[in-house]
Amino acid sequence: MNDLTPTPQERTAKLKGLGTSRKRVEDARFTQGKGNYVDDIKMPGMLHGDFVRSPYAHARVKSINADAARALPGVIAVLTAADLAPLNLHWMPTLAGDRQMVLADGKVLFQGQEVAFVVATDRYVCADAIELVEVDYEELPVVTDPFKALEPGAPVLREDLAGQTSGAHGARRHHNHIFLWETGDEAATNQVIEAAEVVAEEMIYYHRVHPCPLETCGCVASMDKVNGKLTVFGTFQAPHVVRTVASLLSGIEEHNIRVVSPDIGGGFGNKVGVYPGYVCSIVASIVTGKPVKWIEDRMDNLMATAFARDYWMKGRISATKDGRITGLHCHVTADHGAFDACADPTRFPAGFFHICTGSYDIPVAYVGVDGVYTNKAPGGVAYRCSFRVTEAAYFIERMIEVLAIELGMDAAELRSKNFIRKDQFPYTSALGWEYDSGDYHTAWDKALAAVDYAGLRREQADRVAAFRRGETRKLLGIGLTHFTEIVGAGPVKNCDILGMGMFDSCEIRIHPTGSAIARLGTISQGQGHATTFAQILATEIGLPADSITIEEGDTDTAPYGLGTYGSRSTPVAGAATAMAGRKIRAKAQMIAAWLLEVHDGDLEWDIDRFVVKGAPERFKTMKDIAYAAYHNAIPGIEPGLEAVSYYDPPNMTYPFGAYVCVMEIDVDTGTHEVRQFYALDDCGTRINPMIIEGQVHGGLTEALAIAMGQEIAYDGIGNCKNSTLMDFFLPTAVETPHYTTDHTETPSPHHPIGAKGVGESPNVGGVPAFSNAVHDAFRAFGLRQAHMPHDHWRIWKIANQLGLHG
Amino acid sequence: MSNVLWQHRLGGEQMIAAAFEYHRPAHLKGALGVLAEYGDDARVLAGGHSLIPMMKLRMASVGHLIDLQDIAELKGIRVAGGRVTIGAMTTQHEMIASTELSSAAPVIAEAAVQIADPQVRYMGTLGGNVANGDPGNDMPGLMQCLDATFTLAGPDGTREVAARDFYHSAYVTARGDDEILTRISFAAPKGGYAYEKQKRKIGDYATAACAVQVTMAGGKVTSASIAMTNLSDTPIFSAAAGAALVGTSGDAAAVKAAVTAAVAAINPTGDNRGPAEFKRHVAGIIIGRAIMRALSRA
Repeated sequence: MNDLTPTPQERTAKLKGLGTSRKRVEDARFTQGKGNYVDDIKMPGMLHGDFVRSPYAHARVKSINADAARALPGVIAVLTAADLAPLNLHWMPTLAGDRQMVLADGKVLFQGQEVAFVVATDRYVCADAIELVEVDYEELPVVTDPFKALEPGAPVLREDLAGQTSGAHGARRHHNHIFLWETGDEAATNQVIEAAEVVAEEMIYYHRVHPCPLETCGCVASMDKVNGKLTVFGTFQAPHVVRTVASLLSGIEEHNIRVVSPDIGGGFGNKVGVYPGYVCSIVASIVTGKPVKWIEDRMDNLMATAFARDYWMKGRISATKDGRITGLHCHVTADHGAFDACADPTRFPAGFFHICTGSYDIPVAYVGVDGVYTNKAPGGVAYRCSFRVTEAAYFIERMIEVLAIELGMDAAELRSKNFIRKDQFPYTSALGWEYDSGDYHTAWDKALAAVDYAGLRREQADRVAAFRRGETRKLLGIGLTHFTEIVGAGPVKNCDILGMGMFDSCEIRIHPTGSAIARLGTISQGQGHATTFAQILATEIGLPADSITIEEGDTDTAPYGLGTYGSRSTPVAGAATAMAGRKIRAKAQMIAAWLLEVHDGDLEWDIDRFVVKGAPERFKTMKDIAYAAYHNAIPGIEPGLEAVSYYDPPNMTYPFGAYVCVMEIDVDTGTHEVRQFYALDDCGTRINPMIIEGQVHGGLTEALAIAMGQEIAYDGIGNCKNSTLMDFFLPTAVETPHYTTDHTETPSPHHPIGAKGVGESPNVGGVPAFSNAVHDAFRAFGLRQAHMPHDHWRIWKIANQLGLHG
Repeated sequence: MSNVLWQHRLGGEQMIAAAFEYHRPAHLKGALGVLAEYGDDARVLAGGHSLIPMMKLRMASVGHLIDLQDIAELKGIRVAGGRVTIGAMTTQHEMIASTELSSAAPVIAEAAVQIADPQVRYMGTLGGNVANGDPGNDMPGLMQCLDATFTLAGPDGTREVAARDFYHSAYVTARGDDEILTRISFAAPKGGYAYEKQKRKIGDYATAACAVQVTMAGGKVTSASIAMTNLSDTPIFSAAAGAALVGTSGDAAAVKAAVTAAVAAINPTGDNRGPAEFKRHVAGIIIGRAIMRALSRA
């Protein structure tokens, strides 16, 4: 060794492994407009498809006359339910065990529903032809309120379910009822609450919103009639699931179907489900023998594909007089729209909503969720959250605030008093989850100190006094949140989608010269997998991340996996990556032992090499080993250096965080300004701090949108009021506040590298933080609960109803 | 593209325009000729930020689209003899960037930077903004505040219409189907000014907006002009609001009286921004703030 010998620190740095703020390798192409999205795909002879959609929320379809459309030059076909029925494809199964019309079969159930599919030589001809399709509708009574939908005389929406008293998730007690899903001990919970010293009761509504990814949903289906192979390029968050479902639906053998997710411009849950556009494109390609492209426009996307939330959460929470929580009861009325198309693990029709005891040690709890049909678009997807986790976090973080009001207690103190303590982990909640690890008090105290919480409360009190004296018209809100997520679905023993277990996978191939390719069952939609998974591997196998290609999304080459949503990529596929890397290293150790002529037990791993114990000058680097693996005939060892791991996680992971939002509110105009936003996230082991920070910024901005303006609302006859970006709030840089990010690091004990996932935490924690800030600003004037979104007029309404406009 | 129309659209609408003939004359005379030939089947295109979305939604059916961008005589800003003249095809960006305009009428840039975003402002024009008659547009109210004059060219020559007389109802104006709005002119304003606007986000139309010009002498308001945006189906100029300020010192009572007069002149309708009562209340606040800021600059 001499001065030129790299130090261990230098060798570690060269790998750009775990903990490095490595620049995103994807960005070179994205920032130069060189991404390859579905709409960039053009194939010879490609046709275009688009939908005739229903202008009515509930109507009988008496007739469809497409003669004039078919006569238009350039129109190849107009498909209706009658055309799909012989193939039994006029309906399709949903991920939630229900079924959904592909094209209107006798009636329409929501505005924007797919009625007919026009196939033409170009997109413009499609648009002209759509206008020529004459549909004779007979309007039916509309119900958009889930409570009214359950009234005895409510219109019958799903005539196809007539007489069915049970569905995929148990008994149906009304013609618009889907399921009642319950967990916890209701009798014991009621007993505790009835006997409690203090009880707070509130209806918390998490309104209907939409993931609204920058790129809408779409696909290109191409049936090659010569070799019998179907290729589908699409915006799929779970390409392997799409392949299996397509095979089951079409009868085409799975090896003859190739599903490719190219670059995806954001998913946020919107691209998990199976949509009529995919089915119609595939059928149209099979019928015409030509590739068929279907791309949603923005209105299609907002009106028809996969909304999120729409949960009416009735809560009761009890405590002792000094603020010790004793029980929690929650009943949810869940508006699923016209079809139950929620994307949840099959056995959990309300997702993981029963994480709603949050960060608190609550001895007894009960949750019941009634799913209801209404004349609204189907969906109920996990919009930047694990399944229904953001609903749960919003519910408990609002209930804590309401309880604090009931107790006359500071909400930060109430939280601190009830946190699950560090020594209680692994902690089993009253609703059955086993929290893997956490240190809530440390995070909370750090957050409160960082914002000078006591100082903020003093300033707020001064502000209220000045307001009462007429010296200011602005109020100050301090929004607190401590959230716990449950992500990384999930253990195959209880998590599956339509019977497909929610494991994930990684396959690694080391090239002879010491670089590598790894393929995974997940698919990045902007999360930066090509960057971070290479970092996991770099640390595991000692090759530089820059020498490792990550590939996902092509079912012909990638190993089977359940895809990317619910913050599951790092917890599940990230674990598979580490485990596959360890298999590589195990074989590499045998090869190194042979090369160094020692017993493999005499070697130890050192960053990027195996070293003979006690003789550090004797080593073989991973690069040396890779070459030898292919080109030295090593007795007893197969040539090559490859590994595959399918990882079935033993448990979910439980990231958590402490957020504080400080907001100025103009009482007269309802406008607001976020003065400060502090976000502390604990996602266990941190793979790439820069990407984590980017994820937190993005998630907080989506949370801001949801809390402060974003909604999908309907008028009394089921017209969607927010189907363009004029009326659907997407914040720009101007509306986006400055964020301060921070962290603690509590590794997951069961994950190979201790990582928990982070992409969704800021949305889960951000929404209650923004909303609580609005509520908190008006607490001194008697506000308990005001539903989101807190847009200008609704904030104005709070002030108006509290008599603050004089 | 008006907020009112966005709301009244039903599902299943298109976002692709129907076919149309495209004309791109190099002279005003040519444009007028196409208009004369095709009558109400023809529409002129300025920056395209109102008309194109309506065509894409197939709410405007245009057989012949006459793109005015090559007509040099419709462009440019001139300040001479105390009068400002702006060609109809001058973009919002060009107005914001013009130091000459900013010193002659700083309220223009103050309003223009509150319109949409830079990309829209590179395309959107003053002429298109005022001629379309969309109550959501910001410039019509501002032009009424400035008492601007619109020049209309038609088959029989040109005529002038005051901005305060131009707007009849939403999208219905004094412009005939065979006329093109060619320029906007007004006396360079003096004194204090303000354009105050509340909106939900960048790119949104106003929940309420107000333009104010005031002059003061010897501690008294000598003139005041107040007009409002998106609070009725046309821009609203309130002479009574201005009169309530003139002769006063601009004290709180006078401002309150002006606000009361201005609010009495509006007739907002409910939409996704909120119900009429909310808009009426916010309008009062915004008008008051605009007046106060203009007074502080007078």
